[in-house]
Amino acid sequence: DQVLHIMPETLQQVQHLQLLCSTLKLDLWKPLLPEDIRAGEDLHVRVPAPLVQEVKDSLDQRMISYRVLIPDVQKLVDRSMPRERSSLREVSAGYVYTEYHPMEEIYQWMTQIQKNNSELVTQHFLGKTFENRAMYYLQISQPSNKPKKIIWMDCGIHAREWISPAFCQWFVKEILQNYKTDSKISRFLQNLDLYVLPVLNIDGYIYSWEKDRLWRKNRSPYESGTCYGTDLNRNFNSSWGSVGVSFNCSSDVYCGPGPESEPETRAVAQFIKSKKSDILCYLTIHSYGQLILTPYGSTTKPPSNNEELMQVAKEAAAALKGKYGTSYRVGSTALILYSNSGSSRDWAHTIGIPLSYTFELRDTGTYGFVLPPEQIQPTCEETM
Amino acid sequence: DTDDVGHKYYLELELEDVLDKDRTVSCTAEVLYHLGSKSSAPDVQLTVQGELRSTEEADKEFYTRIRSLEKELVAENIPDSHGNVPPELEPILLLAWAASGYVIWQNSTENTKFNLAQVKHVKQVKRSDEDLQFDYVVLLHEMVSQEVLPWQVTLLWHPQRGARVCQCQGPAPGA
Repeated sequence: DQVLHIMPETLQQVQHLQLLCSTLKLDLWKPLLPEDIRAGEDLHVRVPAPLVQEVKDSLDQRMISYRVLIPDVQKLVDRSMPRERSSLREVSAGYVYTEYHPMEEIYQWMTQIQKNNSELVTQHFLGKTFENRAMYYLQISQPSNKPKKIIWMDCGIHAREWISPAFCQWFVKEILQNYKTDSKISRFLQNLDLYVLPVLNIDGYIYSWEKDRLWRKNRSPYESGTCYGTDLNRNFNSSWGSVGVSFNCSSDVYCGPGPESEPETRAVAQFIKSKKSDILCYLTIHSYGQLILTPYGSTTKPPSNNEELMQVAKEAAAALKGKYGTSYRVGSTALILYSNSGSSRDWAHTIGIPLSYTFELRDTGTYGFVLPPEQIQPTCEETM
Repeated sequence: DTDDVGHKYYLELELEDVLDKDRTVSCTAEVLYHLGSKSSAPDVQLTVQGELRSTEEADKEFYTRIRSLEKELVAENIPDSHGNVPPELEPILLLAWAASGYVIWQNSTENTKFNLAQVKHVKQVKRSDEDLQFDYVVLLHEMVSQEVLPWQVTLLWHPQRGARVCQCQGPAPGA
């Protein structure tokens, strides 16, 4: 097999490449999807040995310039075998859940997880981010003839809260590793489907890896590109723009020009709306603070099912504390944190999802957003 | 509520030693937020009931180590993006907490909640007297606005004389 580095220059060349990739089912290494192929941007594709000549002929025919990046993929793979991971950081049984992973690796992880657990896991497309990246969620569902209610969990709505996507990945791993042997989990899956969105704010997450570790918002440009980002957790349609927000783009709590103005918000909202009658519980994972927050943020008036919400949350906090002694406080955002509006959790509750919670994971400020990787395991274990 | 002066809070606190989790010390405090005056820091009176752990040996070791450095210490991003702190920089981070404490106190109101998010930059400045001097740029995260802003603060430290903030500039240029 060879990996080719290809430089499409015109739209026609791009279209031809897209066609070639899909009809021959070629393994695109960069970009991830055929639809992300752009004129002027180089492309890396692995071509199986029997197709190499055909592909090269096709490129020559259209005068598409290319060169051979890797002349023999197998040789490279063999060379890298003695090490723990191949030079391409291939993700499979070797995935390290006690480290933080960049988005590229999380995408690979999702593909692997579905491949390795295809009887239970399916990966679904949710929408695209502002910078045109694909948003995927994983559906963990045990085949059955009875209709099941849904528990939805999203992580990484705020870019800098790295422990949050780490938790989503951990959670998926735990469920898949233990559903056959753990009676609680297997009973769970008999009656419920789990939908997990490991990173909601993908553009922001990548930005926090590459440019600014403490970035929070998404990466939509405003004011002719002089100012970036909407706080996605102020952008939902729940008392939008009323309190705890800023209408100034340079603020970290900028709620956007209107409710659901952001593609990421719309992708999530549209999906949840479509499934709302089946969703039992909406969970959104943040850090830091060690809190289990209930609706609402925009008013101290309690939601109609407040007693139930609080009881379940208190039981969760007690179970959490039982593991390592970590204390989580429970209550509504407006009462124990601050006022805010447009949060995803409030919106989920107002459209009828009965149990809706925001989890603020470890810690309480010692490391804050830069929680050291040694704390990934205990944080995830106790939250589990 | 002290009319015309401000809001006074009476607090009973338990301090937990970050380096020795089982160790706690009780304190009482009185905090007065001045009415109207946004530019003055709250008045704080603190009484510590009990003893703080002796750090004499660790202090001496750190002091000697820094004093014997040929080149002034310079460091960035503590903790790093992944939350790691090299062991030799741990005392620098602890001193940064002290320095940040001063800045936080000076800028707190009843509607703010600050935490040190990260030490962006620290530079040691050699002095002719016996104090160690560290010029910090610290990133403070404010919970309500969610803003993370850089602050310049200079800390002097000496094993016997303790920590003092000698200069405090506002948000660093380009914030």
